[in-house]
Parts: sequence; C-alpha cells; structure tokens
Amino acid sequence: MKYIDEFRDGELAKGLAAAIAAAARPERQYAFMEFCGGHTHAISRHGVTDLLPANVRMVHGPGCPVCVLPIGRIDMAIRLALEHRAILCSYGDCLRVPASGGLSLLKAKSHGGDVRMVYSPADALEIARENPARQVVFFAIGFETTTPPSAVVIKQAAALGVKNFSVLCCHVLTPSAIMSILESPEVRRWGTVPLDGFVGPAHVSTVIGSRPYEFFAAEYRKPVVIAGFEPLDVMQAILMLIRQVNEGRCQVENEFTRAVTREGNRKAQDLVAEVFELRRSFEWRGMGTIPYSALAIRQAFADFDAERRFALEYHPVPDHKACDCGAILRGVKEPRDCKLFGSVCTPENPIGSCMVSSEGACAAYYTYGRHREGGAG
Amino acid sequence: MCLAIPARVVEMPDADTAIVDLGGVKKAVSLALIDDVAVGDYVIVHVGFALNKLDPVEAERTLALFAQMNDLVAAQDAAAGSA
Repeated sequence: MKYIDEFRDGELAKGLAAAIAAAARPERQYAFMEFCGGHTHAISRHGVTDLLPANVRMVHGPGCPVCVLPIGRIDMAIRLALEHRAILCSYGDCLRVPASGGLSLLKAKSHGGDVRMVYSPADALEIARENPARQVVFFAIGFETTTPPSAVVIKQAAALGVKNFSVLCCHVLTPSAIMSILESPEVRRWGTVPLDGFVGPAHVSTVIGSRPYEFFAAEYRKPVVIAGFEPLDVMQAILMLIRQVNEGRCQVENEFTRAVTREGNRKAQDLVAEVFELRRSFEWRGMGTIPYSALAIRQAFADFDAERRFALEYHPVPDHKACDCGAILRGVKEPRDCKLFGSVCTPENPIGSCMVSSEGACAAYYTYGRHREGGAG
Repeated sequence: MCLAIPARVVEMPDADTAIVDLGGVKKAVSLALIDDVAVGDYVIVHVGFALNKLDPVEAERTLALFAQMNDLVAAQDAAAGSA
C-alpha cells in the first residue's frame, strides 16, 4: 500500500463510472462543486469528467489559495521586499502572480528585492536565524492546511527569541468561502450556479475534521462528501452525492476515512487557536470582502506580525477588466468563457490568478483539457 | 499548495522529526502537529509538516468498496447479457 497507485486504478475507475451512470437519473441534471483546487487538478489530470454522464457536471470552486489571494495582499509583500528591504520568503506558487504596477514577487526580485522561495515556513525561520542583521518576513497564505505550520514557526520564533522574524498573515478559512458561494451580495453581480452539493476538501478536512460542514448540510440543504485527492476518491464522492440527491438527503459523508475524522487534528486546531484569531473582514480575490473569513495574529504574538511591525496598510486593487477569474472562482463561468484564456493569458504569461497556480481552474484546463472542444471540460 | 502527499516514515531521528520516503527521495519533516507516529506509518506531508496519519484499515475498506462496485457492474453486465 502506497496510498496513491491503488486509488488510480483504471479498471476500478470503469466500475465506478458504470455505477455513477446507473445511479444518475436521466431525467435530471446534477451539478456538484469541487471546492478544492487539488480536486480540480485531479479531475482534469485524470480525465474524470470524461467518465461522467452528460447530466453530471462538475463546477470548479474557489479552493485554490493562490487564486483567491487579492492583488493588494501581494502588493504588501512586494512593499516589504522593495521599500522595507526585508528578506521576503514565499511559497513558490505566489511568485508569478501579477500585482500592481506590472510587478510580481519575481519581478520585484529582478528590481533588487530579496525574494526567496521556501518550501516550508520552517525554512523562513531558519533564514531569519542565519541573517540576524536583516528583517525576514514569511508570506503566509493558504487554507487550514498551511495555517498550523505557520502557527508552529511563530511559536518557535517566540520560544527562541528571534527578533528579526515576522509573518504576513493571509490565511483564509474554508467554511467562510463555502458560505459566501451560497449566500453573498456578490451573487447579484456574478450570478450564481445551481449547486446540488459539494465535494469537500481533502487535506483541509484532515485538520478541521468533517464537523464544520454539518452546518451547510443542515442550514443550506446541500450534501457534502469529503473526498481524497486521487481520481477514484473523487468518483466515489460523486457517486455518494448522486445517491444523496436521489434520496433527498443532505448530509455530510466522508469518503476519505483513511485520513479524515469528524473531529480532525485537535493538536493542530489548538495551535492555530493559540496563535491566530478571526479577522473581522478579509478581501478575497473574485469573492469580495467576506466577514470573519480569515485569520490574524493574536496580540500575544504581535511582535511576529509583519503588518504591525512595518505598519502595513491594505489597499484593494481591482482585477484586470478583461479577466474573468472572479466569475470562474465562483463557478459561474468556465475558463474557456474568458476571452483572455489561452491567448493572452497562459501559464507562461498569466494575467489572472487562476492561471498561475497549477491548482487554478484555468491552469488545469490549459494543461490537461484544452484539446477538448465543448462539453463540461 | 494543497497538493500534500502520502509518504512513509522510514526513520525518526528525534521525537519531533521524521525522515520520510517520497518515491525514493528522503526528506525530513516536522512532527510538531501529530502524536504517536512510528516508523512504517504513512503520513500526509504538506509544506514540510506531517498533517495527519493515514489509517491502513480505513484505506483497505475504501478499496474494498471500489472493488465491490466493479463486481456489481460485472454482475449487471452478466445479467444484461443473459437477458
């Protein structure tokens, strides 16, 4: 057992595809949103859409942390590197996201900024310890999977008394984003898609557990099936969603029992609660400002909060006018509906965030689905 | 970002660190977020941290469910063929 190949078996996929076809009632349409960029990637890469009947449609959601990061937040990171002359440490996927003034973190580096790609927040803390004369900032982005590691390094920095390390906290919360898709003022602007249920996040759920989704199932009458990131996992989750819809059930079910429990990882949750608190509001790219949808560093760890240390202010920046990332992140449009897709906007020259990260819907379509004309992608 | 991967723990040099094997590549990951890890366990690795352990019994159960689906479809096909 390696927990990968077994869950990609082509023969078993055929069986699951047949079971899905048998379960889906021909007289109705099914639309399910896969929240996670990881699922979008798996669905595109393994051609899962090709195995689904025409009346079962997958809608891509906003679960790619790079895609939902607004330009104004990247501008803050660039200011730290260029104006405050800090060593700015970032995960690799943020480096090429277009920011204001034709800049990106990578271009800021070519303008003399000390921008460094790190694999782990622990690497950023190490860089701070190796460069005591410089300020080192970790650009912390991501959902509930990346938040606990950020909490660990902040606590380590405090315990070690590291004076030149801080974190630009841009961590966001999955349940808030799902709620915003179901109910928010932006729905009027972008329109909305009828959704019959959600494929729930895999790794986010290993941390927060399946319990936070019970609210959606109960309050919004939407079934949620948490699924692993391998193609068979996604197909099994789709089958479980179709069955719930057919039977009129709206429950939280867990396909990913090998890694997800109802309670999640309590140790990680406690660390996050100790270091972070809810932000009153946070702007998401393409989703607008969502109340209590992100985290800030608690007062007790204020010394490690880059926003306070450098008195940074957030300035919202509108997206490129022709870019449809906002509508794509909400599942209202598909990548090929955007007139920039594949022409001006490519993974080599991304205009919008959905093309930058490999988990973005546009990048996944461009890489794996571009050859296909029409259909659901 | 979220493309965390399952990896097998092959060594534990200290209580807070595991050496995992990722398809032949060995890498040190932090165990600060989980307890009770032993050599031979599979963990989900994300940004240098083990997020959780994988449960082999549950994994087998899920695979058995997939196989069951295959058997069901084969039985249906056989029934359709003989009808």
